[in-house]
Amino acid sequence: MRRFSGVPFKGTKEQEAQLVSWLEEHKTMPGVAMPALQKAQEIYGYLPIEVQRIVADVLEKPLAEIYGISTFYSQFSLCPKGEYKISVCLGTACYVKGSGKIYDELQKKLGITGGECTADGKFSLDACRCIGACGLAPVMTINDDVYGRLTGDELDDILAKY
Amino acid sequence: MDTVNIKINGVSYEVAAGSTILEAAHSVGIEIPTLCYLKEINAIGACRICVVEVKGAKSLVTACVYPVNDGMEITTNSAKVLAARRTNLELLLSTHDQNCLSCVRSTDCELQKLCRDYGVNGQRFTGDREMYAIDDSAPHMIRDNNKCILCRRCVAACKANQAVGVIGPTERGFSTHIACAFEAPLGESPCVSCGQCITVCPTGALTEKDDTGRVWEALHDPDKYVVVQTAPSVRATLGESFGMPIGTNVEGKMVAALRRLGFNAVFDTDTAADFTIMEEATEFVERVKSGGVLPMITSCSPGWVKFCETYYPDMIPNLSTCKSPQGMFGALTKTYYAEKMGLDPHNIVSVSVMPCTAKKFEVGRDNMSAAGEGMPDMDISITTRELARMIERAGIRFTDLPDEDFDPALGESTGASVIFGATGGVMEAALRTAVELVTGESAPSVDYHDVRGTAGIKEATYEVGGLKLNVCVASGLSNCDAVLKAVKSGEKHYDFIEFMACPGGCVNGGGQPTQPASVRNFVDLKSLRAKALYSEDEAKVIRKSHENPLMKKIYAEYLGEPGGEKAHHILHTSYVKREKLF
Repeated sequence: MRRFSGVPFKGTKEQEAQLVSWLEEHKTMPGVAMPALQKAQEIYGYLPIEVQRIVADVLEKPLAEIYGISTFYSQFSLCPKGEYKISVCLGTACYVKGSGKIYDELQKKLGITGGECTADGKFSLDACRCIGACGLAPVMTINDDVYGRLTGDELDDILAKY
Repeated sequence: MDTVNIKINGVSYEVAAGSTILEAAHSVGIEIPTLCYLKEINAIGACRICVVEVKGAKSLVTACVYPVNDGMEITTNSAKVLAARRTNLELLLSTHDQNCLSCVRSTDCELQKLCRDYGVNGQRFTGDREMYAIDDSAPHMIRDNNKCILCRRCVAACKANQAVGVIGPTERGFSTHIACAFEAPLGESPCVSCGQCITVCPTGALTEKDDTGRVWEALHDPDKYVVVQTAPSVRATLGESFGMPIGTNVEGKMVAALRRLGFNAVFDTDTAADFTIMEEATEFVERVKSGGVLPMITSCSPGWVKFCETYYPDMIPNLSTCKSPQGMFGALTKTYYAEKMGLDPHNIVSVSVMPCTAKKFEVGRDNMSAAGEGMPDMDISITTRELARMIERAGIRFTDLPDEDFDPALGESTGASVIFGATGGVMEAALRTAVELVTGESAPSVDYHDVRGTAGIKEATYEVGGLKLNVCVASGLSNCDAVLKAVKSGEKHYDFIEFMACPGGCVNGGGQPTQPASVRNFVDLKSLRAKALYSEDEAKVIRKSHENPLMKKIYAEYLGEPGGEKAHHILHTSYVKREKLF
């Protein structure tokens, strides 16, 4: 069962105006809901209930239907990304070197599950596929910083830098 | 009619062109099993139970959506077809809790029947399955996704028939499940409690909240005086639960069964329906004369009332302030009847048997306390299905019961009130009375054929004492929604509207006995059941509400004038705007 972000919604009037004008313009297009959610995610970065409600209201569709689409496609995110985006590589090389354990450890330390963001908006955690640094396996990145040959013992020190 | 020639299982047939394989086979007496298919609203070919072999096709095809062609050769029961259906059932069971023993749908579950037909025991594919918490947050129903087979019939009923759409498929693959937006509990969603999803569910995933335990408790308590009332449409459907033909009127046996269950008084909601007409017709005439808010819209259907409060709060002033017949009955029981019988209303337990799950919601509404002190007008509302289960548990052999009459104190009613149970019935009953209220003369005919029938939207214009009245009748909330949009845009002008939340009205209510898709797809339940009510109306000597002698007596002795102060206090209510959170 999906869990939802505890991060307060910080959408602006400008973002809403931008989304509503796109929706009004494309309202009658067949199969509009999916591109509408793509547009919404492009504007807000994610699809919280506040944003999905705008989409549902303007398109005159039930919120349950919009929500169903947003949870069907893995590209859509219901949680915002943090100031620092942590990606743990679960590609083959990293995985056999134990990145799964690193990923689990980070979920525990941050108190979130993959795809979520911490309540203070600081860290978000995702799993990713091979980033081409197999020689350093297991690997994770935090924004543009790369950390390799992880054992799990260094995670506290790494997180403390941010 | 255009026809095509096809062969089914080696036999040649001429069937309607453009029909699906399922329809064509049915027309020549061959049934193909289905799970997800529901005529007109859910033709999605998802469950793969209706697969058949078509000569030349590279794989099995789904009969529910595949059209017949001239020369088509179909096999509905080859080894390959039977094996595929069997495997599909086994796969469905792999994510099902298979807890049939305590399931309320056991023996009328469509999945269970198919498993029995195909000799499937559910042990072939075992392993992990998602476990779902049971959602009992709504006042009227329970959702147990552990029994859900993802046929989406509930989703179609909710959106296509009811324009509500509070549930939908969520997530994908193994994690797919039916949920409200953002996994909100149903009780926090803008669900209107109509229960149409329950009547179309093939399994026990969606069921009414069972209140029979509370009724048994009251019946077993010697200090309680337990009164029961039965809605007009229940007599037209209860027999189905005991294997009787659809459309059998079982009023007499129903009364006999209720008496044998131990109710202290067995009354007829129809009596209150006559009061509803008296009050509603008076209110309507008053609105017309004084320039009040029009169109006036009926308020008998609690699913419609909740829909109005949630989706069209700006139309609340158009709603009649009359309580529903259930509400009026409850109010009269704890005031007039208690006083007459010398009973303390605190000791009365007022039970209703309704075709409706939204009545369970209505029981808990605010401003439904005629007796005061926060004493609710109604205590418990059970559905037709729940009454059938109580009769079963009590060991009462329903079909062998004699016919008995309602208790006379609140059991006399007119033909007008009986037809409340079908779409158009309230309108017709109201017209019978309103016309005579306006003209002061006895009208030559009591039949208003334009508002009868199972069409989703019906319109008519009547000349009444020099006034031209435009009336509209709609059932199924998507039809009500369409009418409201036309009224709001100024496209349509009506003076009086009857809305019923359920398609066809109460006879097809969310609390009525379930019928499997094999019946629903090919039998017109709504008109068969409605016919039982119109026949009873025709057979009645008194067919106009305002001529009900018992009602006239109660107005004279207790309530005063229709629409007067005391009548208002006891028989009318108010409405609130409801937020649409999810």
